[in-house]
Amino acid sequence: MSVFISRSAEETKKVAAGFALTLQAGSVLALVGDLGSGKTCFVQGLAKGLAVPDTIPVSSPTFVLIHEYPGGKLPLFHFDFYRLEKAEEAQALSLEDYWEGNGVCVIEWADRFPKLFPEKTKWVHFKFLGENEREIRC
Amino acid sequence: MKVLGIETSCDETAIAVVEGKKILSNVVASQAAAHAPYGGVVPEIASRHHVENLPVILEMALKEANISLEKIDAVAATHTPGLLGALLIGLQFGKSLAFALQKPFIGVNHLEGHLASVFLENEELEYPYLGLIVSGGHTHLYLVKEFGCYQLLGATRDDACGEAYDKIAKMLGLGFPGGPLLDKTATRGNPKAFRFTQPKVGECLDFSFSGFKTAALLFVQKQNGNTSQQFVQDLAASFQEAATNFLLDRLVKATKQYKLKKWAIVGGVAANSALRKKIAAVSSEYDCRTFIPSLPLCGDNGAMIAYVGSQYLKKGFASPFSLNAQATSELPS
Repeated sequence: MSVFISRSAEETKKVAAGFALTLQAGSVLALVGDLGSGKTCFVQGLAKGLAVPDTIPVSSPTFVLIHEYPGGKLPLFHFDFYRLEKAEEAQALSLEDYWEGNGVCVIEWADRFPKLFPEKTKWVHFKFLGENEREIRC
Repeated sequence: MKVLGIETSCDETAIAVVEGKKILSNVVASQAAAHAPYGGVVPEIASRHHVENLPVILEMALKEANISLEKIDAVAATHTPGLLGALLIGLQFGKSLAFALQKPFIGVNHLEGHLASVFLENEELEYPYLGLIVSGGHTHLYLVKEFGCYQLLGATRDDACGEAYDKIAKMLGLGFPGGPLLDKTATRGNPKAFRFTQPKVGECLDFSFSGFKTAALLFVQKQNGNTSQQFVQDLAASFQEAATNFLLDRLVKATKQYKLKKWAIVGGVAANSALRKKIAAVSSEYDCRTFIPSLPLCGDNGAMIAYVGSQYLKKGFASPFSLNAQATSELPS
């Protein structure tokens, strides 16, 4: 496991872009960390690392639950379980189809329903250390 | 032409019947929940609830419009953007209805629906105009050149405005729905009590709301658990002041840049009372005309979908039954 201390959004994105190089079709990345700890920012870096075209900015999928970004080296599926209350609500998103799909799945607030994830899942933990300091463990 | 509009891009199951600009009915599942005879209509998140809600909402929409299904001239349904599973259900429902009725079908872009929602209540609005979509899922500023022709001027780089409202409301223990509750709480607070730095987005017209969220979190953490009612009200008011100032700052910047003095502010957050007040004040300062939908047309609804659908049909467009749902899309430019 690697531990990074990021001192800016740009640094978090760089860590993620590097991490993106290790991913393949069917990779599942589960992100865990408080509000404002850099999860969405990390996904922006992943998108960059996967060469997702920047015509559609990567933004938080909290409301719509899934954002899909095609067009990169691999399609990127960006989930957010923040506002889901029951595991059934998450299951209703046909998660298995995505886990076994042709792209990279990255899930914010994954620890809300940890049992829904396949064994191959890579877990990434974020910690809010201070106004301009975040810890990323992956 | 009486058009049935179906909207299921996210949480709401909504169906409306629209004739020209006249809304014959406009039923949304969350509002419908209050209708006792149709009890059991629950606006839950999972897509399968759309399946359960749609037949009930359809019946209500037809009854309210006082017409039978056979009298519908065309069917419109949202096909993009949104949650794929949710979109598919409304889209299939709409296509099946149109097929069975042997009437034209048209797929509609959800964002185009919001941008056009102002036409349903305004005779005076003419193209071009600046359209700000501000909701739980979107914060997009468009130059609307003409019907079907949109230039994206800026979008959020992180959280949507309504999402920041909901998350800060949750931090403050205000419950759900966070946005309207925060709006209400803020009216009793001091908007100058806490200083929120305006997001640094440079010269472009993009938006950013995650910085507000982090700043609010730091203010809450500094209280070490002692969050008095006064603190909550003041923080709500200060955040709201900063967020609405930021939205207005973008609009004013676009107004100057594009020399366009017509604004349409649409989407769920357009129902926010502080934003509506501020828009009224700032727009008169800059001599701009503003168009904001009435509250039932701010949130997701079927009327805006029916209206956009009818406009496309009038121009001779219709969608094939092979039309698929798409989670992500851009508006035609």
